Amino acid sequence: MKRRQFIQTASATSALGAVGLMSGCASIGGANGPKVVVVGGGYGGATAAKYVRMWSDYGIQVTLIEPNASFISCPISNLVIGGSKTMADITTSYDNLVKRHGVNLIKDYVTQIDPDKRVVKLAGGSEVPYDRLILSPGVDFMFDALPGLQKSGAQDKVLHAWKAGAQTVALRKQLEAMPDGGVYALSIPLAPYRCPPGPYERACQVAEYFSKAKPKSKVLILDANDDVTSKGPLFKKAWAERYKGIVEYRGKHNATDVDATTNTLKFEFNDDVKANVLNVIPPMRAGDIAVKSGLATANKRWCEVDFLTFESKAAKNIHVLGDSIQIAPAMPKSGHMANQHGKTCAAAVVALLTGKEPNKLPIYNNTCYSFVSSEDVVHVASVHAYNADKKTMLTVPGSGGVSSAANELEGRYALAWARNIWADTLA
Amino acid sequence: MKKLNLILASLVFASTGAMAQTAPDPMQVRSWAASCSNCHGTNGRAEAGNEALAGANKDDMVKKMLDFKAGRKPATIMHQLAKGYSDDQIVAIAGYFAAQKK
Repeated sequence: MKRRQFIQTASATSALGAVGLMSGCASIGGANGPKVVVVGGGYGGATAAKYVRMWSDYGIQVTLIEPNASFISCPISNLVIGGSKTMADITTSYDNLVKRHGVNLIKDYVTQIDPDKRVVKLAGGSEVPYDRLILSPGVDFMFDALPGLQKSGAQDKVLHAWKAGAQTVALRKQLEAMPDGGVYALSIPLAPYRCPPGPYERACQVAEYFSKAKPKSKVLILDANDDVTSKGPLFKKAWAERYKGIVEYRGKHNATDVDATTNTLKFEFNDDVKANVLNVIPPMRAGDIAVKSGLATANKRWCEVDFLTFESKAAKNIHVLGDSIQIAPAMPKSGHMANQHGKTCAAAVVALLTGKEPNKLPIYNNTCYSFVSSEDVVHVASVHAYNADKKTMLTVPGSGGVSSAANELEGRYALAWARNIWADTLA
Repeated sequence: MKKLNLILASLVFASTGAMAQTAPDPMQVRSWAASCSNCHGTNGRAEAGNEALAGANKDDMVKKMLDFKAGRKPATIMHQLAKGYSDDQIVAIAGYFAAQKK
């Protein structure tokens, strides 16, 4: 009798309350079920959208807002730049999220969040209400750190290609057009940035292409960091043995400006460098919508979250995940990690919207493969577990490590990894 | 209204809390298992190239993972990942995958 009264009272006042009371029933949701809005359909957001649907037994409505027509993977995109893969190889449709999982997909982007009314406003003019909002907006670039890149046309000529898509293709075209004997210079920002080993993998991919197609050319790595930030000995071995005379690595080269008309890079302490193809990865921060909404509380760059739920420390009912967050110690900004965030967040959001307690002990791993050629691969792996005292994720002592040497077997595993994570995220 | 929800929520917590003393909470185990699915497929149903875990024999999976963990079984990466999970966690995760449809 009491329970019945509870249910009636709850239903009358709030749909959320009703769901909380009926937790465990199969009948949650429908048109009046709780609403989750996910912003950003990358590794983090797409995974969160799928798993909120799956783990709520399709009772929670999920709307995914994503401006791009399809998912283009950053992992493996360096192989498109190297020439051994195509854009089609790294592109996946959002169709399965819609057809198999009933995700409501809106091709648009969010211009504003109203946390009091709990709605997001879209560029197209409409508003979408939410009970809980999941933001996975990835990174945006701090172009003000490189004033010359803000001049008209500069960003069309000096590319980052650090979001897979049109720039990936454009950079490949610049490399194909470069004369033999030319210099490709790659500028790397200070950590943290998206995909720590990514720039070094890219250097390998371009070097392999040069070694086959234009052997008199050079790859010049200009790294703001003191030394290679990930898989250092393995990359250095590849440059010394596979790409001898092609790759040159220079640490402590913090770029401060770019002259796109002369393809010249300026540094804090070092001499200017001119190159035929200038590939500048600017410093980055949380995606625009997160920064604009006041969620980037760490250095105005990254969003601090509760690692049990990924709820923002700055706003209730708003969860942030993926590359936008202030990472835990030794946690990389990677697609694999964003997928793990997506699942951890999805479980917590489903729990919170159905009156249950979120899991107390998240444990997940990171697996990152880098291609030092079109076939041979090195990995770094780590396992991260929640530490209740420090309220953060810490690597499990004794776990993780790197490959002993680049090898072809892991090249096959790396492509299997890609197939599997794309399916786990999108299918 | 909030008070009512709180009361009910705490009742729910109390009942799941009692269960947690005997075995890990099934929702927690489901999330641990999901951390494997990046490479081994959602619910262990893998795409080509990696081992499928859905519906596999629980004891075989546990033995394999403990062998990876102890360094008895050669691997490229699994020996490093297996060391991140306790033996009890490995048993629970293997149980989850064994119960999934192939």
